[in-house]
Amino acid sequence: MLEVVGISKTFNKGTVNEKKALDKLSLKLEEGDFVTVIGGNGAGKSTMLNAISGVFSVDEGDILIDGLNVTYMSEFRRAKYLGRVFQDPMMGTAADMGIDENLALAARRGKLRGLGRGISAKERESYRELVSTLDLGLENRITSKVGLLSGGQRQAITLLMATLKQPKLLLLDEHTAALDPKTAAKVLETTNSIVNGNKLTTLMITHNMKDAIVTGNRLIMMNNGNIILDIKGEDKKKLTVDDLLQKFAVASGEEFTNDRALLS
Amino acid sequence: MELVDLINALPGAVAQGLFWGIMAIGVYITYKVLDVADLTVDGTMCTGGAVCAVMMIAGHNVWVSMACAVAAGALAGLFTGIFHVTLGIPAILAGILSQLGLYSINLKIIGKANEALPSHVYDVLVAIKYNKNVPITENTIFIVAIFTIVIIALLYWFFGTSLGCSIRATGSNQNMSRAQGINTKFNTVLGLMISNGLVALSSALYTQYQGFTDINMGRGAIVIGLAAVIIGGVVFERIFKNFALRLLSVSLGAVIYYIVLQIVIWMGFDTDLLKLLSAIVVALFLAFPYIKKEYLPVLFSIKKRIAIRKNNKAALSAKGGAK
Repeated sequence: MLEVVGISKTFNKGTVNEKKALDKLSLKLEEGDFVTVIGGNGAGKSTMLNAISGVFSVDEGDILIDGLNVTYMSEFRRAKYLGRVFQDPMMGTAADMGIDENLALAARRGKLRGLGRGISAKERESYRELVSTLDLGLENRITSKVGLLSGGQRQAITLLMATLKQPKLLLLDEHTAALDPKTAAKVLETTNSIVNGNKLTTLMITHNMKDAIVTGNRLIMMNNGNIILDIKGEDKKKLTVDDLLQKFAVASGEEFTNDRALLS
Repeated sequence: MELVDLINALPGAVAQGLFWGIMAIGVYITYKVLDVADLTVDGTMCTGGAVCAVMMIAGHNVWVSMACAVAAGALAGLFTGIFHVTLGIPAILAGILSQLGLYSINLKIIGKANEALPSHVYDVLVAIKYNKNVPITENTIFIVAIFTIVIIALLYWFFGTSLGCSIRATGSNQNMSRAQGINTKFNTVLGLMISNGLVALSSALYTQYQGFTDINMGRGAIVIGLAAVIIGGVVFERIFKNFALRLLSVSLGAVIYYIVLQIVIWMGFDTDLLKLLSAIVVALFLAFPYIKKEYLPVLFSIKKRIAIRKNNKAALSAKGGAK
């Protein structure tokens, strides 16, 4: 479903701040894979997701989504195949627009946006039903501006937006990191039910090692812009946090440094 | 300072407010919807009138002339858009560059610094002499009000379409918009074109009204536009929530602006200082949210602040005494 072949990305090339964020990284995802991604500070997790989404172009390598080479496709065109949820709850929704209008924008992803109605009454009703599945009471305020919602509610709406039109690939960039533990658990639960219900191919970055172990069918660990550990199936089920820390030390020759991961 | 003078001047002020209200709706689209401060309008506020006047003098129909004026304005917006999104120049600078370039273009269109378009020679839609004592259908205020209502209706429809919604999303959150497959660059350019097209339409109408086109007509237009947007927002924000009513409040904001201006003039204010006054008023309104957030709490807690300062001083000197 996703094929990343030897991509590299260096930021601030030729300056003192030069940083090789991705170093000939390769990754292949099968259809229906639900992969969790962990790694230390600056390991290149978000950079990898942003490279796949087309936020910037890569210096070398190729990115294929469902056999289609999207390496040089602009971010908004690539969006047709991708569902994305960001770490910052403010980032995934238009604050000045209603919940219904945000969902309507997402429903038109990949379609030509012409002079047809931006949202119909029938659509609004279907969104009301959809939102009620979140169990957050938002169905009664479907036309409320998203800016009035809490971070957790906004992430839940973003998750619906990312998956409203079935994406070929769902990219979750620490989407529960900015939420309080209870809300984070709720959003993760919703994520699981949406991903499993629709059998979505998913890449999820998380700082929570426990979540990374119990969620999905495959786990990868990144360090210095590359994948240093890739565990699937039965092996993944048997993992513990200590195993992961130890494996990290062996594979990288360093201590695991991720402030949030170690504090959580 | 006769009250009757003021009352006689009011229809003119209302008409002027309505003309500039159309321009201010253009500013609203960039400033509020797209979240871009576009200074191109100082140039397009002359271009529209220049194109319209020159074409009418050359014998073209008033509607054809106005259509070309709108197209010229949209073209100016296109260039600002290209400077901004395809060449990466910050929006404010892109607008300033277009504005400066337009000064030369406007001079070339008119051929000199100004040109008369007398209402008794040309078949204009609106003129100062049609402010009073004419049938309602020929009345300037009536005609501009109709223009305003039609424009608001069209914009209300447009910003409710899929394309219009995606422009609003672009102004609200570019990141999210791209993630949802919205072409934010195209939308920004389109928004700038619509905005400047409206400004040029306002300019074309206003030129007919005042009976001449002038190279300096657009100077400071952005400030008047912003004033209208802000005044309309402050006065009507609690009652006008709907998008169409918001646009109407912008138009009414411009009318209020010109009525206040008329009152200030009537009170004998030096007209040379009017632009300075406008700038100060707009600066105050723009600063208001910040003042409210940063300085008002200080004012409300001033007693406590003084008391704390006193206590702290006493505590410090007591420590010093102990040493």
